[in-house]
Amino acid sequence: MHPSVAALRSQFGDAVGQAHVSCGDTYVYVDPAKNLDILRWLKETAGQDYNYLVDVTAVEYRDVERLLEVVYELFSLKRNVPLRVKAVLEDRVNPEIDSIVPLWRSADWLEREVYDMFGVTFRGHPDLRRILMWETYAEGYPLRKDFPLRGRFSRSEQVRQALNANPEAHYSMEELAIAETNYDLPLDMRDRLRRGERGTVPDPEEKSR
Amino acid sequence: MSKRTVEVALGTTGVDAHGNPVTVPLGVGVDAPEEPDLGGEHMLINIGPQHPATHGVLRLVVELDGEVVVRVIPHIGYLHSGFEKLGEYRYYNQIVTLTDRMDYLAPMSNNVCLALAAEKLMDIETTERCKVLRVIACEMSRIISHLVWLGTTGIDIGAFTPFLWCFQERERIYNLQEAWTGARLTTSLTRVGGLMADIPDGFETDLREFCRTFPKTIDEVDKLLSNNGIWCGRTQGVGTFTADEAVDYSLSGPLLRASGVPYDVRKDRPYLDYETYDFEIPVGEHGDVYDRYLVRLEELRQSTKILEQALDRLPDGPINIADPHVTLPPKSAAMSDMEAMIFHFKQVMEGIPAPVGEAYFSLEGPKGELGYYFVSDGTAKPVRWRVRPPAFINLAALPAMCEGHLLSDMIAINASIDIVMGEVDR
Repeated sequence: MHPSVAALRSQFGDAVGQAHVSCGDTYVYVDPAKNLDILRWLKETAGQDYNYLVDVTAVEYRDVERLLEVVYELFSLKRNVPLRVKAVLEDRVNPEIDSIVPLWRSADWLEREVYDMFGVTFRGHPDLRRILMWETYAEGYPLRKDFPLRGRFSRSEQVRQALNANPEAHYSMEELAIAETNYDLPLDMRDRLRRGERGTVPDPEEKSR
Repeated sequence: MSKRTVEVALGTTGVDAHGNPVTVPLGVGVDAPEEPDLGGEHMLINIGPQHPATHGVLRLVVELDGEVVVRVIPHIGYLHSGFEKLGEYRYYNQIVTLTDRMDYLAPMSNNVCLALAAEKLMDIETTERCKVLRVIACEMSRIISHLVWLGTTGIDIGAFTPFLWCFQERERIYNLQEAWTGARLTTSLTRVGGLMADIPDGFETDLREFCRTFPKTIDEVDKLLSNNGIWCGRTQGVGTFTADEAVDYSLSGPLLRASGVPYDVRKDRPYLDYETYDFEIPVGEHGDVYDRYLVRLEELRQSTKILEQALDRLPDGPINIADPHVTLPPKSAAMSDMEAMIFHFKQVMEGIPAPVGEAYFSLEGPKGELGYYFVSDGTAKPVRWRVRPPAFINLAALPAMCEGHLLSDMIAINASIDIVMGEVDR
């Protein structure tokens, strides 16, 4: 057994689940409620020193019985040892887990990508919004297994939405807030900025009313 | 490897006690003159997605205080093609064509990474000749990728000549690539268990000739840029990242090594027998744009050295493993031999099933640690194909690198990250 897994077991007990070896790599399941504690321990404890976060991703299986998993790929630059940590998310509809941005800044974009592609909400993430798809993308989460390869909307609907896109939506509300110092934004936009809204396309019908 | 002895007599304010002009290192330690008070008004500037200095379809929304960058908000995804999703609908060998289109400046190292990841998953050991040829493919990719980087970064900073020199040399590798794979850009070189094609006649001689003459071009670029006052002024002390910051942001490749962390997958987790090659890992100390330039320049030399060693040891023999379940039979056999035809049919129609399991494999790509993570449920198509994109992760550090620098420095920093949007967006 991987020495780090044994150390994790003695430190965290039941929060550490099964460990497997596949193709020479060890991966260990941990309690999703304690991912932050466990990863911090792995990063900061002398003798473990997993100080390099290689990757954060998620896996959804074709087997509908299996739940979504978040995967952390760790590496110790000091000891040259990799370790993969997985957390199974119980909630199928709104999967949630603590963000690890406090531990590694690189988790920022990686978690945003997982959110974008799988719909996993990372609690405590400083800036959780879509990254590869645009902010107003409404078709869902592309890498989920129930998402069809060609997208949820029909081609004509996708084209219609693209043609009707409001140029205002190209900027996030946060960015428009920078320009607000010029006081040349439309009143309704400033109003929505004050309410802390971001990046919603205005409904054309509502405007005409 | 520091070459920080360059001091230029530009911007001199006076003479010292001996009557010599006082020399000031360009860009470093020079205090900017007092800026007029603009009342704290910040400006929003949009750069890209179609802008030559953003190296592809990267869009940067920049908050400026005068000419100083306060905040950078990168927008990516303009080239998002859903490769990871597409991969879940394809056989392992069919994914090769997708990998070409990710890091299209170094397609062959992407191909090799895919084959090695799938082979790790299926527990396949390739032939000796195949291993050496894959090393050649990887190092050729590194050279062309770094040459594009060097040329375009030179243009971004204002040096036009290196661009022409670099692209001339790159063209020679592209010709070799074309002779080998039939394509200049979309090589699709590897297959699970081997390669699509062996090298053609005359390839070795041409590559040896390239290895012989190429270092001269590197030396010329080195002579032109490394001690150049303008180049040093634009790059030294710009976009500095300490080792701790670089690890915190999970940077990899030349960026990480320029910050002083000697992590290279070729040395630390060797694959393709890289431990038997004699080469060195250049490591910087300041972590700025200049050190990234030096690291990449030295990597070009080391790659040439590896290419020569690989050519020296290139053994004869087959390039594909003999397993008929994995390797396609030769066309003549498939057309004349019943059994070969059945294997051909089964492989094309049903793919190569991988055992249940998962494998993460990474190699040292030109941009950094390129990793492929496969999860298999026992069928011939992966459940999940995850790409660990080095350019994406390196780009995430751009806002932190740019804060407090001038807008023009941001262009140099962005260039030094060496992004390729096909890989960032996938």
